[in-house]
Amino acid sequence: MASTLFRTIQIHPFLLYPTAICRRRNGVLYCTMKSTQTQTATQEKQQPPKVKVSQHTQSKTPDKITRDYEAIIGIETHVQLSTLTKAFCSCPYNYGSQPNTSICPICMGLPGALPVLNSKVIEFAVKLGLALNCKLSLNSKFDRKQYFYPDLPKGYQISQFDIPIATGGYIDLDLPLEFGGGHRKFGITRVHMEEDAGKLLHSGNGDYSQVDLNRAGVPLLEIVSEPDMRTGIEAAEYAAELQRVVRYLGVSNGNMQEGSLRCDVNVSIRPVGQSEFGTKVEIKNLNSFSSINRAIDFEISRQALLHSQGHDDQIVQETRLWEEGAQKTVTMRKKEGLADYRYFPEPDLPEVILTQEYVDGIRNSLPELPEMKRRRYEKMGLSMQDVLFLANDVNVAEYFDATISRGADIKLAANWIMGDIAAYMKNEKLSINEIKLMPEELVELIASIKGGTISGKIGKEILFELLAKGGTVKGLIEEKDLVQIVDPVEIGKMVDKVLSENPKQLEQYRGGKTKLQGFFAGQVMKISKGKANPVLLNKILLEKLNAKS
Amino acid sequence: MLSTIQPSRCLSRFPVHLPTCGRTKSRFLRVVSSAQPVTTAPLADQSQILSIRDSLLSRHLSAVQVADSYLGRLKQTEPQIGSFLHLSEPDKVLKQAQEIDDKIKRNEEVGPLAGVLVAVKDNICTADMPSTGGSHILDGYRPPFDATAVKRLKDLGAIVVGKTNLDEFGMGSSTEASAFKVTANPWDLSRVPGGSSGGSAAAVSARQCVVSLGSDTGGSVRQPASFCGVAGLKPTYGRVSRFGLMAYASSLDVIGCFGSSVADTGILLHAISGHDALDATSSKREVPDFTSQFLSASSLKSRPLEGLRVGLIRETVDGGVDSGVKSAIQGAAAHLEQLGSIVTEVSLPSFSLGLPAYYILASSESSSNLSRYDGVRYGNQASCDELNVLYEDSRAKGFGSEVKMRILMGTYALSAGYYDAYYKRAQQVRTIIQKSFKAALGENDILISPAAPSAAYKIGEKRNDPLAMYAGDIMTVNVNLAGLPALVLPCGFVEGGSAGLPVGLQMIGAAFDEEKLLKVGHIFEQTLQGHKFVPPLIQDGVFA
Ligand SMILES: [Zn+2]
Repeated sequence: MASTLFRTIQIHPFLLYPTAICRRRNGVLYCTMKSTQTQTATQEKQQPPKVKVSQHTQSKTPDKITRDYEAIIGIETHVQLSTLTKAFCSCPYNYGSQPNTSICPICMGLPGALPVLNSKVIEFAVKLGLALNCKLSLNSKFDRKQYFYPDLPKGYQISQFDIPIATGGYIDLDLPLEFGGGHRKFGITRVHMEEDAGKLLHSGNGDYSQVDLNRAGVPLLEIVSEPDMRTGIEAAEYAAELQRVVRYLGVSNGNMQEGSLRCDVNVSIRPVGQSEFGTKVEIKNLNSFSSINRAIDFEISRQALLHSQGHDDQIVQETRLWEEGAQKTVTMRKKEGLADYRYFPEPDLPEVILTQEYVDGIRNSLPELPEMKRRRYEKMGLSMQDVLFLANDVNVAEYFDATISRGADIKLAANWIMGDIAAYMKNEKLSINEIKLMPEELVELIASIKGGTISGKIGKEILFELLAKGGTVKGLIEEKDLVQIVDPVEIGKMVDKVLSENPKQLEQYRGGKTKLQGFFAGQVMKISKGKANPVLLNKILLEKLNAKS
Repeated sequence: MLSTIQPSRCLSRFPVHLPTCGRTKSRFLRVVSSAQPVTTAPLADQSQILSIRDSLLSRHLSAVQVADSYLGRLKQTEPQIGSFLHLSEPDKVLKQAQEIDDKIKRNEEVGPLAGVLVAVKDNICTADMPSTGGSHILDGYRPPFDATAVKRLKDLGAIVVGKTNLDEFGMGSSTEASAFKVTANPWDLSRVPGGSSGGSAAAVSARQCVVSLGSDTGGSVRQPASFCGVAGLKPTYGRVSRFGLMAYASSLDVIGCFGSSVADTGILLHAISGHDALDATSSKREVPDFTSQFLSASSLKSRPLEGLRVGLIRETVDGGVDSGVKSAIQGAAAHLEQLGSIVTEVSLPSFSLGLPAYYILASSESSSNLSRYDGVRYGNQASCDELNVLYEDSRAKGFGSEVKMRILMGTYALSAGYYDAYYKRAQQVRTIIQKSFKAALGENDILISPAAPSAAYKIGEKRNDPLAMYAGDIMTVNVNLAGLPALVLPCGFVEGGSAGLPVGLQMIGAAFDEEKLLKVGHIFEQTLQGHKFVPPLIQDGVFA
């Protein structure tokens, strides 16, 4: 590869479309095999999808205006697949590696190189198509989408045009209670396979840009929704549900910060009651669910305000960028007519033919998906809040399932996971897969408390020990001699000891100051090192306190 | 002046086995030079490859002597002919030959193509030599890999002697559209060698190399083979990996073979054929040993093609074809009849639709395939201050006018609003053509036609008349649209030059039945009495 050099493309750093300036430094073309900016190799941890909204950042436009309008929102989502190698060559892809370290003649688009499809891409596409309740095309094909850009090595993107692999599905979700709750079903227009482009790295002073092709050829699934959403929250929850689905399926890590899940939204408004659609505006640069929510709400207000002032002609077909700092959308480019991508069937790749057996095989191997999980948890009697919490993160859900499948009490298991365990994970910034408490030990812990072997208080202490260091509940109980004392004779002896050591208080109690019962109970618990069964303790204590001496 | 063709006298028959029969992991049986007694292969007189092999293994000649002989002729003829865009250093060729000799001396295995000098069309990637595709935009470009076909040849011991001239990216029929030079036809230096694989055809014709690789998208192997009087084979689409072939029109492109005999062409095809994991359109079909059933001329029975059904495509001998070419083809048909075959005329009514459909599809695909030449990653980059200008200038300066014209045509044909009228309709025509060939090949074992409507024309004659140039592809484009294999071999002469100009006969076979084409072609060639298709220029110095 030494003979083939990457060279600088010098363009303005702030706009990623081909009207920018490029300049040669000293008339020399620079090799970009060395990087100008080092990216961290640390991978972002999978954060469970969660839409956060701070109230004060929401639209400043009076609700009065927006109330007269209905927003129509559709989303195009690109999901980067977590296959071991790229879509059409054997290069691996790891987010954050040094520029141009994971490239080959094929993904560089060298003359004479040809694509060969990685069959995992089909498998993942079929999985997602089925999970989104789509109809699969048993005969689909790849097409070339043609345009020039330095990050697109071949001058065309291998994609699917008129026959996508999956069409006509839907996605179910439950809105969180803080956003009003309720079930939603949003239509999925299509799912198709395509390849990602590379990235441009812009120099610090903005003089030139360089091309990093590590990402070129990485497989993507594009999911196009029906324009079924009406609010920023609905759109954000749609994206969050999609993230849950791809993570449940294991087809993508779904991380928005890394760009593994990218959403472009289309927003238009129309006066309530009007049937025809307004002018559609596309918003890009949405890096989190909350930015989706806020960008859409901002855009709805912007359009509604223009419309209400009679300036609806200023709502034009364009692409706008969400500016996180300014909390607003700004024009990125106006669309002058439709872009002509001159699609035609990709002659280098055979048609994609699926057999019914293949599809059925994948269908039978699908895991339980978020919607099914939520409905099952609901039927088990959990509250919607608990259901949403537990089903939100596939790993948490699997952990919960592992505990209840071993016979743990459902409500208690949910409470432990959502309470102390979640708090611990949050404090320690760990995922549930990283804590040392195994589900079977949580089962044991819950059973030990319920069965009276240990007290709830000791249970909590053991829990934190297990979370941090691992081990077994039985082992810890034995090691620390934590078994609850349930022998009435033994407890009786301890009570006797406490009573005899505190004659003054006993006098007072018997004189009518019955509140001192708590004091005695505490003393007994103390000498039992917390192991005395509290119910038994109180029963015996009361008997002895009230006994006629 | 039409040569009369007589079947050669046929002698008693005995089975002949090439030393290269039997498929092993290396696709050829590797022969340990000392492990078996070397017998002169009976077909050695019909195949330069086998002759070289015999000479080396019997130690009559060394690989260095063989290479020296070719290099000498190359040095002598190249200034006049100009087949090559890049030549390997003679020392490097001789060093590779010496390594083969050393192996033979040490009684080590050598590959079946050991010491065979191969020329490679410059749109086929070679890691150790420039690969320009005949375009300024790739001036000086060196690929980091060998095309699969080249790799297979090298693995079998072949020595790549150089990269041959071509019409830029294969777009042309005379090699005049090369960005670098004009190649002359060895039969008449004032004439074109044909194209686009003109350099590869001329190099074999002038015996500057033993065999060569070309590429055929609409006739680019067959028409120059006809013009230069050599055997040229366009394999079935998918038979040979396209990996490393710079794409012109991906659904039509195929790497093809040139040789001075049918046997050489078949041996070369066998070497490069077969599935390649790097080309999703390459076929997984078994590759037969195409030449193992060949019989030497002396062992053929009297009517060796008894019962062979041959269909002469009526539309190819209609008006628009030179009368000399027509006579040569009719002579060839008569010769086939004398060999025992039954020749009838067949009609392919869709034949004339092939040309417009081909030019729409090939241009459409090329407009896409050539998008990668943007000056960003490799090749010539224009100096400029703005991205759009970078694209515009790099491409404006890098591409020649024929390439630009086809990119424009293809871009137009694929544009929104025109797609259905052009690209889609052309695809429908393609389907019709495929069906009509299938029907005709159901009734016939092979189809025959001229390889081109005329013999080689003068340099410059059609350069400014693209439509006349395109019309010259009428005989060959249908075969690419149908994806079928076709063999062109010299069958006669028309007047021109000092010794006449060769005329090629095209034989078209069913998909993946190259074996039959080669067998029939070999018999045809062996029974053409008294005709050695060697250009007058070098007739005296042919390596024997
Ligand atoms: Zn790669």
